[in-house]
Amino acid sequence: MKRRLNRRTKVVLYTCLIALVVAGAFIAGAAIPDSAVAADFTSTRQPPSWSHPFGTDALGRDLLARTLKGLSISLTVGTVASLISAVVAVLVGIAAAVGSPRVDAAVNWCIDLVMGVPHTVLIILISFALGRGLWGLLVGIAATHWTSLARLIRGEVMQLRSQQYIAVSRKLGKSSGWILTHHLLPHLVPQFIVGLILMFPHAILHEASISFLGYGLPPEQPAIGIILSESMQYLSTGMWWPAVFPGAVLVGIVLLVDRLGENLRMILDPYSAQE
Amino acid sequence: METRQKEKTPLLEVRDLSVSFRMYDGSLEQRRLEVISSLSMTVYPGEILAIAGSSGSGKSLLASAILGILPANASTGGEMYFDGQPLTAERQRKLRGGDIALVPQSVAYLDPLMRVGPQADGHRKPRPTERRRGLFRRLGLPEEAERLYPFQLSGGMARRVLVSTALITDARLVIADEPTPGMSLDQALEALTMFREMADQGRGVVLITHDIDLAVAFADRVAVFYAGTTVETLPASDFQTGPQALRHPYTKALWRALPQNGFTPIPGFQPYAGSLPPGCLFAPRCPHRTPECEMAPPPTRELRGGEVRCIHAT
Amino acid sequence: MRLEANHVSFRYDRRGPWVLRNVSLTVERGERVALFAPSGYGKTTLALLLAGYLQPTEGQILLDGRPLPQKGICPVQLIYQHPEKAINPRWRLRQVLEESGQLREDMLDAFGIERAWLDRFPRELSGGELQRFCVARALMSGADFLICDEISTMLDVITQAQIWEVVLAEAARRDMGLIAVTHNRHLADRICTRGLDLRSLGASEGL
Repeated sequence: MKRRLNRRTKVVLYTCLIALVVAGAFIAGAAIPDSAVAADFTSTRQPPSWSHPFGTDALGRDLLARTLKGLSISLTVGTVASLISAVVAVLVGIAAAVGSPRVDAAVNWCIDLVMGVPHTVLIILISFALGRGLWGLLVGIAATHWTSLARLIRGEVMQLRSQQYIAVSRKLGKSSGWILTHHLLPHLVPQFIVGLILMFPHAILHEASISFLGYGLPPEQPAIGIILSESMQYLSTGMWWPAVFPGAVLVGIVLLVDRLGENLRMILDPYSAQE
Repeated sequence: METRQKEKTPLLEVRDLSVSFRMYDGSLEQRRLEVISSLSMTVYPGEILAIAGSSGSGKSLLASAILGILPANASTGGEMYFDGQPLTAERQRKLRGGDIALVPQSVAYLDPLMRVGPQADGHRKPRPTERRRGLFRRLGLPEEAERLYPFQLSGGMARRVLVSTALITDARLVIADEPTPGMSLDQALEALTMFREMADQGRGVVLITHDIDLAVAFADRVAVFYAGTTVETLPASDFQTGPQALRHPYTKALWRALPQNGFTPIPGFQPYAGSLPPGCLFAPRCPHRTPECEMAPPPTRELRGGEVRCIHAT
Repeated sequence: MRLEANHVSFRYDRRGPWVLRNVSLTVERGERVALFAPSGYGKTTLALLLAGYLQPTEGQILLDGRPLPQKGICPVQLIYQHPEKAINPRWRLRQVLEESGQLREDMLDAFGIERAWLDRFPRELSGGELQRFCVARALMSGADFLICDEISTMLDVITQAQIWEVVLAEAARRDMGLIAVTHNRHLADRICTRGLDLRSLGASEGL
């Protein structure tokens, strides 16, 4: 029992690891001075070495520094977009479950609409309409990712509303607002957290892919998507490192966060809670 | 009757069974929680053994342990024999659904995507539906019930379908876990009469229930459970005779708490797994408790044609 | 004070079958009435109607000639059969009792509720213990009428006797009215002043 790590210990370890990585990326991104990613034409297109572990790009910029700076932007975009998305999902989900049948129908129509259009296309449209850049990208990602969590919350609230203890609470003189804050919201916290964490990798990947396609962050921002997009130009000349290392770092972060979400979900699921 | 039964080989024998669970203890540590401890019981062919006790006394877990369908975080100790042979995990797999049938406690055990008629017939081999129709009729299930899905049944109807799934088999041992709640009195009596008939054909029935009146009316013997162990096994007729025929103070307390005999409760509550008293589990609530009772768990001993775990019982 | 059902009929939707048809009954304060009926006769539905959890399709539920209040603590409180469903599984039991408005220490003592249980979660207690909390919650709310829908059917006889002992003492002290749905005639004889068979109260379409 002691030797094998049980699930809760594992999740705590994952949380610590991810917190470290996230904090590391933020601090590194903020701490690295702009001079470190300035063009240096004396050392262009250097393959990975001890002085440039990820190599340098065509303008002689250190790719490790650019990746870290880019990661910090990606993480900011991912966190903010998925937070907005998750909050929207909770509000919309509750409104659909508690509101009149007409509200419910409207919300479901919206969900179907957003889910029916491919995310990438929708984000490009929104981002383009808002003049691209960080703001457009944030709104685009936030506006497309709330649907599945909203559906989940709607179902959960509907099921909660039919619970006997909610009926009892009403007969004990509690108002709808009181029941919402004391009975409903605490039940939604785990859904919210797991939904948020599982949304996070999607948001980061979408940010990177939209930037890669040139509809997201402007080229002067050191975002991962921009680095990958630039690397395409030189890939045919044998410069593999600008694509591989930033790409691998991005995938690594996404996998870590995804693992955390899955672990949390298993812990919160009563059927496997004691494993 | 007692001596006649003792000569036969028991159909099912459980010796010193313990069941414990690995649980998270608030934080990151897992600990073992023993919910059944040193439990022994025997079922002979041709009898109904009722298992009576309050909720949380481990009755349903016993059924799962016999069938080998405990959750993954449970572990068991002790010995079990079916037909004189040790009941291993492999034998449990072979026997359950065949020689050992279960009437589960919860309606959730029905397959939600299957009409109840074929479900009661069983998948394993096609049986004549006439037999099942007869069962449904006797249990008061309407003809058209066989074409319904479980969610279309009322609680009482679903319960009767569950009972029919076990009655239709040729199982030699039927374990019925709370088969009657939700049924009307007539339906409950009919279902239990059918269990009685099964027993009279030489099969064994374990009837798990908290309804003492029903247990006493239909069973041959009653095993009284308290906090995960048997405190007394007695002929059912002793209950009708009155408290002077009963052996264990808990059994006497049960008798006195029945609405028809006084309705007087003893104070206190059943101890929880993880905070069991060191000696006799009933000692904290027992009116006859002595310092000796709190020293060690009392051994099982035979007394007046029954078995009791109390050092003071006479 | 009296609680009455006045020619009450109920069905879940306009095209559905009638669950209850033209049921009338009156319970005075201080009375304890046992309600019998075979399963499928709408006992639970009637209990829900009497406590105001459901609104009758036809007829009225009246408390002293007036409809049940829609706001504030309802003077008619219902206790369900399955306590684990009537308690929020994420709440500590102290919160469950405090929801009634006041936590009465004497009630805890009467039910034998250990103080340590108040800080536990519902899944850590057995059904019998949880039902004590549900009954205590209903009594602490200061109700004048108590509707008990098979509240001790799933409990062992000792817990059943313990709970009813407290309910009866409290009902007598506060001169409460009580309606107990039960199928156990022995229990009804013990706890009630009169019995009513739902079949005699009005035509209903049983299953």
